[in-house]
Parts: sequence; structure tokens; C-alpha cells
Amino acid sequence: MELNAPDTGWILVSSALVLLMTPGLALFYGGLNRAKSVVNMMMMSFSSIGLISVLWLLYGFGVAFGEDVPVGENPGFFGNPSGLFGTVDLFADVDGLPTYVFMAFQMMFAIITVALISGALSDRAKFAGWLIFAAAWFTIVYAPVAHMVWGGGFIGNLGVVDFAGGTAVHINAGAAALALAIVLGRRVGWPHQSFKPHNVPFVALGAALLWFGWFGFNAGSELAVDQVTAIAFLNTQVATAAALLGWIIVEWIKNGKPTLVGASSGAVAGLVAITPSCASLQPIWAVVLGLVAGALSCLAVGLKYVLKYDDSLDVFGIHFVAGWIGTLWIGLFGWNFGTDEATGEYVGEGVGLFNGGGASQLIAQFEGAAIVSVWSFVVALVVGFILKKVGLFRVREEQEIEGIDVHEHKESAYETFTPVEASSSAGAHSVSSGV
Amino acid sequence: MKLVTAVIKPHQLDAVKEALHAMGVSGMTVSEVQGYGRQKGHTEVYRGAEYTVEFLPKYRIDVLIDDIDADKVVEAVVNAARTGKIGDGKVWVTSVDDVVRVRTGERGLDAL
Repeated sequence: MELNAPDTGWILVSSALVLLMTPGLALFYGGLNRAKSVVNMMMMSFSSIGLISVLWLLYGFGVAFGEDVPVGENPGFFGNPSGLFGTVDLFADVDGLPTYVFMAFQMMFAIITVALISGALSDRAKFAGWLIFAAAWFTIVYAPVAHMVWGGGFIGNLGVVDFAGGTAVHINAGAAALALAIVLGRRVGWPHQSFKPHNVPFVALGAALLWFGWFGFNAGSELAVDQVTAIAFLNTQVATAAALLGWIIVEWIKNGKPTLVGASSGAVAGLVAITPSCASLQPIWAVVLGLVAGALSCLAVGLKYVLKYDDSLDVFGIHFVAGWIGTLWIGLFGWNFGTDEATGEYVGEGVGLFNGGGASQLIAQFEGAAIVSVWSFVVALVVGFILKKVGLFRVREEQEIEGIDVHEHKESAYETFTPVEASSSAGAHSVSSGV
Repeated sequence: MKLVTAVIKPHQLDAVKEALHAMGVSGMTVSEVQGYGRQKGHTEVYRGAEYTVEFLPKYRIDVLIDDIDADKVVEAVVNAARTGKIGDGKVWVTSVDDVVRVRTGERGLDAL
């Protein structure tokens, strides 16, 4: 088939945009971390680019988007990787989009999903343990889940709408992050010592790169240039903007001042929430979604001080929570954009509970998100537990105190850094004032 | 000879430098330091976690001078550094036994 040049061009650009999100994430996470463990934090993201790109080429793409291995008569859990191993068979296209381009685009999703999890591991995970975990989770969780949701598997068959990855990416990564935070345990001194972000401008720069790249993530997921691409692009912007506001409004009321870390975090929460729903909402409902997701994520990040798990950089509080909100939002206010085939006019209909669509979409959304939450959490818990038992996961206490960068990488981020880290009365305070 | 040491608010540095320059003090050493006095620190909140920043950024100025200039220099530094708000810092004077200019080997007052 003849290639569709505009579509192919847009997906090539989108792929590069999505790749940029992972270094953006590295800066976002790195800035939130302390000066003595920035290198390790950023390395977890960068190593994900290295490791997952190769695994994706070898078998990940086949497991995710290869021919479905059915369970009886029904769509199954993973694709058959053997048919796609190698490259000759991929010299093909679907609707004018080269399979190589689609493979590259989806590769970037796999990379960032794995990298997202690392935010729960600040200061204390052995680098080798991280790499083993990343490969295992990618193989057992990410690639099959991508297949189940997008590749013709059984979750997609339930009628779940997950346009760019609320379930397959954010809920998935958030659940794994919570499991690892529990397995690894709390950092030495948490929450009473200071875990103040060491570089707030890095956090903002990282959020900006994520935001920029996310246009490829969301609007690229249409895999074409059409009206849906347009709505996905616009919704991505307005939901994110509203979430930024939602977070700082709550913060202003709760803590007295709006912060740049809060604005950056709110933007990320909005990007997460609009990811599954960007092609299924009237823009005004995308704005409301953003406000809700930003506000609720701002409250959710305080949960760890109540329940005493050290999800260091709030992967659960932001990605899991906002991912669920965005996923369910389709079931509440979803809109199906379409074209009348006879007249060519644009038409649409509500699919959500509150706009005439009944409850069926909401139920499907819930089922898909719940299945992925449980599967990702359990597998991450088991893999993490095994790694910890064989001594491959947590660094020794004195290494953690001295700084993981020097011990795991023999490299430090800065020639000198602030000699005295702010001491703190953290955690206890935030519990009494919030949540 | 005396060593006048001042720990001041960072944004008062220019005023102190100008004041010393105006009275002919020919050199000084400035370092970035952290500390607290009666002012104590302040609190910052990141994602709902409140941190107390106890050690605040300050500038430390060291100036070597002739004994007879000590009172005037201290007065100039204090006047220039004062904002009237808590956290303005401190100035103290210590006696210095000897000073050597590295380039020429001159000692004592000649080295100032």
C-alpha cells in the first residue's frame, strides 16, 4: 500500500517527542531528589531508554502487537513474538503507516512507562537490581498489558477506552511503584529528616519537557492526522493547564503558599489524567477533569505520610491516582467523536454516565483499570521481594546515608553541593495540616 | 592589627563593600556561609511535607586593618549591613599577630 506521508511524518515527529519525555522525567525526578542521589535517579530513566529499546526490538513489540494468542475463542493475554522477531516481516504498513514507525512510536511508550516507576526508589535501590526489575516487569507486565489493552487482547475487547495509556502506562506504572515502595521500605530517616527537592528549576524544566513531549504521546496516539488528533492535542493543553491551577489552589489553601514544585506536579497530574481521555472529551470537560485531577493528586501525595510508605517522588500519588481519575472520567463524561458515513458530517454522542451513555462504559473502564492495577502490583511485589531476598535490591544503610551516587556509580552530580542539608520536621507536620 | 569579621545578609553585601571602599579599605575576602542566630530558620513546604530550613544563607566578610581604624570600620560595616529586621548578622573584631604579603614577603602593617 502507498504510504500516507502526512500521517507518517506526524508519527515520526511524535515518536521523537515521546522519547524526549524520558530525559524530561529524569530532570523532573532528579530535581526532586537530594543532591547526593541525583545521578542514580537520572540513570534509572536513562538506562530505561537503553534497556527497553533493545528488548522492545527483540521481543516486546511482538508480545504487545503480534498476533494474539487466544484463550479458547476469546482474545488473550499476549501476542506471539516469534512472527515479529527480526525485521524482514515488519517491512509493511497498516493504513499507510509503516510498521517500523509504529514500532518506534510504541517503543517510546514502553521506555517511559518503565522509567516512571523509578520515582518510588529514590536513594536506596541497587542499580543492578533496578535493571533486573525493569527487564522482568517489562516482560511480564508492560508488554502483555499493552497487548491486552491495545494489541487485540482481552481488556480492549471489554470495550475499554484507553487512548494514549491511562491504564496501560500510568495506572500500570503507579501500581508497580507502590509495590516497590513497600518492598524496598522507607529511606533512612524518612520522613523526619529533610528530603527537600535539591533543584526546583530542574523540576520545572523536567515538567516542561514532559508537557512538550506529551503532545506526541496523546495527539500522536491517533496514528494519523485528523479531527481526533486535533481534539486530543487541544484537550492535552487545557486539561494540563487546569490541573496546574487545581494543584496550586489546593496547596494555597492547605499550606498557605502556591509553589513551583506544586505547579509542575499539577501539570504532570493533568497530563496523566488526560492521557486516556484526550480523544473522548468535549474540551470543557477536559478542563473540569484537569481541575479535579490536579486537586485530588495534591491531596493524594499526602497519603504516604498517613500510611507510612515511602513512595519517594509520588509515582502512586500522581500517576496512579490521576490515571484512575482520567480513566473513569470517560465513563462519566465521555464523548464519542465520529463522522456520519453517508453525509460526511461530524457527529458525536455521549458515552458517559452523565451524558446519556449509561453505565456500561464506566463499568468497562473500571474493569480494565482494576485488572491492570492488580496484575502490575502483584508482579512488582513478587519480583521486588525476590530481588530483595537475594540481596540485589537495597543498598547498605551506610551507603544510602553517604549517597548512592558515589557507591553505585562512582560519580557525583556536583563538584560541591550545599554542605548542610536543611533538617526537618517533615511528615509529621504535613499529616496534621493536611489530608 | 585587627581582623574584622562580619556575617551579614547576602543582599547587604554591596552596601558594605561600598562603605568600606569609601573609607579606603583596600581589600576584603567574602565567603558564602550558612548559619543561624536568634533569627532561627524558616519553613518550606514541598508536596505537603514541611521542612524547616535552619541554616540560612549569609555572607561572611573578613577585612584586615590597622588597629586605629578598627572602630570606624566596625561602625561602617554595621551601618551598611543594618536593615533593622531580625537576621542582620554580627560583626566581631580579633587581634592579629602578623600578616605577610605573599608576593613581596612584606610583614605587618606594610602587608595590609
